[in-house]
Amino acid sequence: MISPGISQNVPKINSEQELRNFLKTLSPVDQVGAQARAAMLATRSIKTTSKLWAIDTAISMVDLTTLEGADTPGKIKTLCAKAVRPDPTDSSVPHVGAVCVYNDLVAIARKELDAIGGSDVPVAAVATAFPSGRASMKVKLADTKDAIESGATEIDMVIDRGAFLSGNIGLVFDEIVEIKATINELSGGRAHLKVILETGELVTYDNVRKASYLAMLAGADFIKTSTGKVNPAATAPVVLVMLEAVRDFCHDYGRMIGVKPAGGIRTTKDAIKQLVLVNETAGEKWLDPKYFRIGASSLLNDLLMQRMKMKNGYYSSANYVTID
Amino acid sequence: MMSRIEVMKTYKLFINGAFVRSESGRSYEIKNSKGKFLANPAQASRKDLRDAVSAAKTAFIGWSEATAYNRGQILYRIAEMLEGRRDQFVSEIIAQSGVTQKIADSEVSQAIDLWVWYAGWSDKLSSVGGNQNPIAAQFYNFTTPEPLGAIAIFPNQKAKSASGTLLNIVASLAPVICAGNTAILIAPQSAPLTAMSLAEVLATSDLPAGVANILTGKSEELVSWVGSHMEIDGVDCSGLSNSDQVAIKVSGAENLKRIHKFADDKSTERILKFMEQKTVWQPIGI
Repeated sequence: MISPGISQNVPKINSEQELRNFLKTLSPVDQVGAQARAAMLATRSIKTTSKLWAIDTAISMVDLTTLEGADTPGKIKTLCAKAVRPDPTDSSVPHVGAVCVYNDLVAIARKELDAIGGSDVPVAAVATAFPSGRASMKVKLADTKDAIESGATEIDMVIDRGAFLSGNIGLVFDEIVEIKATINELSGGRAHLKVILETGELVTYDNVRKASYLAMLAGADFIKTSTGKVNPAATAPVVLVMLEAVRDFCHDYGRMIGVKPAGGIRTTKDAIKQLVLVNETAGEKWLDPKYFRIGASSLLNDLLMQRMKMKNGYYSSANYVTID
Repeated sequence: MMSRIEVMKTYKLFINGAFVRSESGRSYEIKNSKGKFLANPAQASRKDLRDAVSAAKTAFIGWSEATAYNRGQILYRIAEMLEGRRDQFVSEIIAQSGVTQKIADSEVSQAIDLWVWYAGWSDKLSSVGGNQNPIAAQFYNFTTPEPLGAIAIFPNQKAKSASGTLLNIVASLAPVICAGNTAILIAPQSAPLTAMSLAEVLATSDLPAGVANILTGKSEELVSWVGSHMEIDGVDCSGLSNSDQVAIKVSGAENLKRIHKFADDKSTERILKFMEQKTVWQPIGI
């Protein structure tokens, strides 16, 4: 097994047995405790200027996503316009964190973003046979290479949940290591790797914690909850467990890893709950688009409508935001 | 032997097909005509209004596209359900306003008949409210009325009889949903109980969730939010003072709300005022 060797402090894993031994040292998740803490943090009330700050921060963290079979170049172009200038009537709204699309549309997105002044907005691609991950390693690597060459600077890969659940964790680890190596090689270390755990299929919080550590040890820059194609997706306790994992990992080994909840976050209230979770679990350092992203599509419109409500003093309507 | 304790009804709000307490947790006390305690209905806040409006807006997509025939059937079903609960409404009207059995009975009958009357109109509206226009060119030119969207309703509070609230509520709600609009009805502050009981009827009448939403509380708290809310497309101000109506007209100008006040219970005008006239040109011979 190849060791990633990202940072000298991160433990080197030389065999599946070592990985297994490492994951055994993790304490199990207190399920009731995690649920209760997530529910308690969800009751925090964020108002007025704090809310306005939270809305703008959330907008800057949105990975504006479209992952439909019916996507077209035209749709990607409008998505890019929205990513750069979410509210056409208000230039004080920040641009979003990234645009997230399927591989074949990466080049179109990159070109469009550069053309309309959004060169600082990265393009994320879902590679490695998204969303199921059921393809041979050869195909997954080719998929990743294709995305990087088309201009993606963030790769969202899925893990092999089947292998993980049947105990074949070495395979899962190796895949992440190999994809990471390919990304580093092709992009000269500039592109990031987000590892999608698909927590809705991992069944237990213990598995979420183990998979989070596995991904972090293998070299993930971000750990992401879900593909958005499986329910449940980014539930609060799952995000809590993942945030605890990145916090502890950073404390122990000095490497800061980002978290990206995706799927089911549709309202401003949901987004603000996520920010509270981040602040109270991982800490303020993670309240940064470099370390926290929210994978969403319809969320952005709700954030914009709430922003208008805060600025104008009355409830806005969907007629005043762009149609996706 | 202990005497039995009566099980009292909790009067909640009716939003998106569900009975919910006010988000604010508030309620207020109402008394009967003799000044005795009657109930603690929920006191809706602006956030309950917001929830009701988004429910109405979502429900509008399906309800406005339902066939007129289907809408008529559902309105008729409401009349059937109301008939089945006649006794409940009669005793509630008596408790709330102290009228005689005879007056209460007649009011419930009139309310049921009014549902039937509006049920009949739903598939005849486009014939009566629309037109085939004469034009001097090779075109057919049709005008048909189409529903507007989410309508906020402040039902008339001045009753002809001593009770009159059920009739006023039906008279303002039935024409709005008959047209294919969805409604947010703010029940009269002093007599909200019949409105909430009517919600129980609506909930069991195949009316899709969110088509009719009913709030109870203090209307003066909600007026300015109704006026400025950009997703409300029309307001029935029958139960508001002139100054409140003016306030709604001023803030409602921002998104061109249709704002009306009605005097009579039974008129096609009540339906058509919250509809838009759509004109279509169709070339002849193509």
